Amino acid sequence: MTVLEIRDLSVSVTTEDGPKEILRGVNLTVRSGETHAIMGPNGSGKSTLAYSIAGHPKYQVTGGSVTLDGQDVLAMSVDERARAGLFLAMQYPVEVPGVTVSNFLRTAKSAIDGQAPKLRTWVKDVRAAMDALKMDPTFAERNVNEGFSGGEKKRHEVLQLELLRPKIALLDETDSGLDVDALRVVSEGVNRAKVANDMGILLITHYTRILRYIEPDHVHVFVDGRIVEQGGPELADELEANGYDRYLAQA
Amino acid sequence: MPLLERSSRLITPLPGASAHSHGMPFVPDQSRAERRRSFQAADFPRPSGREEEWRFTPMNRLAGLLDDAPSERSLEWEVTGPDALRVSRMERSALEGWGIPAPGDLAAAIVTSQAAAVTVLEVPAGVELTEPVRIRRTGSGGRTLSHVVLRVGAQARATVVLEQHGDTAYGEVLSVLTGDGADLTLVSVQEWDATAVHVGEHDVVIGRDATVRHIAVTLGGSLVRLSTNASYAGPGGSFDASGVYFADAGQHLEHRLFVDHEAPMCTSHVEYRGALQGDSARSVWVGDVLIRARAEGTLTYEINRNLVLTEGAQADSVPNLEIETGQIRGAGHASATGRFDDEQLFYLQARGIPEQEARRLVVRGFFADIIAKIPVAEIQGHLTQAVERELARTAYAAPEK
Ligand SMILES: Nc1ncnc2c1ncn2[C@@H]1O[C@H](COP(=O)(O)OP(=O)(O)OP(=O)(O)O)[C@@H](O)[C@H]1O
Ligand SMILES: [Mg+2]
Repeated sequence: MTVLEIRDLSVSVTTEDGPKEILRGVNLTVRSGETHAIMGPNGSGKSTLAYSIAGHPKYQVTGGSVTLDGQDVLAMSVDERARAGLFLAMQYPVEVPGVTVSNFLRTAKSAIDGQAPKLRTWVKDVRAAMDALKMDPTFAERNVNEGFSGGEKKRHEVLQLELLRPKIALLDETDSGLDVDALRVVSEGVNRAKVANDMGILLITHYTRILRYIEPDHVHVFVDGRIVEQGGPELADELEANGYDRYLAQA
Repeated sequence: MPLLERSSRLITPLPGASAHSHGMPFVPDQSRAERRRSFQAADFPRPSGREEEWRFTPMNRLAGLLDDAPSERSLEWEVTGPDALRVSRMERSALEGWGIPAPGDLAAAIVTSQAAAVTVLEVPAGVELTEPVRIRRTGSGGRTLSHVVLRVGAQARATVVLEQHGDTAYGEVLSVLTGDGADLTLVSVQEWDATAVHVGEHDVVIGRDATVRHIAVTLGGSLVRLSTNASYAGPGGSFDASGVYFADAGQHLEHRLFVDHEAPMCTSHVEYRGALQGDSARSVWVGDVLIRARAEGTLTYEINRNLVLTEGAQADSVPNLEIETGQIRGAGHASATGRFDDEQLFYLQARGIPEQEARRLVVRGFFADIIAKIPVAEIQGHLTQAVERELARTAYAAPEK
């Protein structure tokens, strides 16, 4: 059983006019096997939350704590966080010229496991995972995310999720930019990873359509840098019908 | 199908090709066909640095290689490989009629003017060398001028690796003559000490139906400027030029290629990749391809890619394609300069890969295809390690904040 605990997290970014506070005291606990959906308007700080947990250098934590099974995540480097079992599927995955997908996956797997995967089973595992995500095998020899379409990048994120087997996955709009078939394929991938690893999920989204495939246990409404309401799956439907107006008025 | 319907002349520098410095694409004021070539230094005016062929080179760092004065030193040679390779010293006058191409700039013409004797390496016609020839050349200060002729006879087959080490100001002309149907792989590895200056010209003549692979690897030296000029003695020839370079702080590494398609049905493929890191690291790549009116059925492609690893490094990349006939199989060029930035580093680290390894991964992947073309496994391994040492040389500050 793994627990990711976010307590009173405050985060700023540096702007030309000095630091700007984006997260204002976020509290959230994600356990193995749980799925938490976070919904909220553009610019409310959802990606900031995900990046801050993953350790992007752009974000400065000004208060609060993040722990994974009691370990201080904020004290870890980006790669240490990943090796501790955190995974961030990015809203905008980065292109890495010169590094093929297959080389990248093998290097990441070796880093996470602390040893190189057995070549024969690894090649088979990668093949099978790509196949399940309906990714053409030629992607293995292409450079990481280079020239991938939006939907292909998202599949590639989920491919990594399945192969690297994190304890807690942060999915930042993994559903956006996907057509209906791709949405199903990608969702199934996330669900496989969840079952295989009793993975905890923090899923950021604007749409309930992905929640039909990946059923949340908890839905959180994120406005102006904090969680303003929590509920069950029914809250998502209500948000989709009525929008965020009533929370914005409060904020 | 011909790429162009009608016979025409195109001079097409890539827009934004030198995006990291000049902004404006450079349009050469003359065709490569009109550029002067001569064995006599006196035929070349002393360049000011504004000339097309010198404009990227830091003229004040040429260490006397533009002075028409005799050589002071010679490189120490260590040759290993099959006995079938013949090595001799010959008077230049004895090489009349061999078809040695005339030098294309002042530095090379000084070498041929000053070097009365020429080192000749010969692989006789029809001989296939089973092992690569390896020539390790070491400089020991001063100024060294040398003219070497490598002649590979008709239907002969050879791999020759030249490895340059040590320190000197080296003016080099290497004339490569290949006979009909010959097959040559020539590797030139520049691993000079940090103080060395190397201004070289490799003139490669590709025989009828011959295949020449030219691979340049430049890691060391303060300033290296290597011009590789290829021409075809008959139809059906194939020229494949690849290169890798790694420029770090203070280094100027310049590779200039000129493929002169004057015979029909020949092919050329030029592919250079460079990485740069550190303050004022500088690389220059110029790729000129000229397809003359006679050269029907030409197929050519050239590409240069640069990977800028840190701030303060600058890569210039200038492909030029001139086409005088529409009856060709294809002609293309490309140039791209990318940056290894914090976002890429974050992405790789977010997958558990430590920072140093992330950099290694990117650079190794970038060079892998070209290093894989070197037909000597030991050199491949050595270069992979050498590149990683270059990479480790700059200590990276851990991302702050
Ligand atoms: N460097 C910066 N300077 C100023 N503001 C910034 C900077 N970086 C981020 N922000 C602001 O932080 C806020 C939160 O951004 P974030 O990307 O976390 O929002 P989000 O909730 O993920 O939005 P979306 O739903 O559009 O993905 C935005 O208003 C954004 O403009
Ligand atoms: Mg976002």
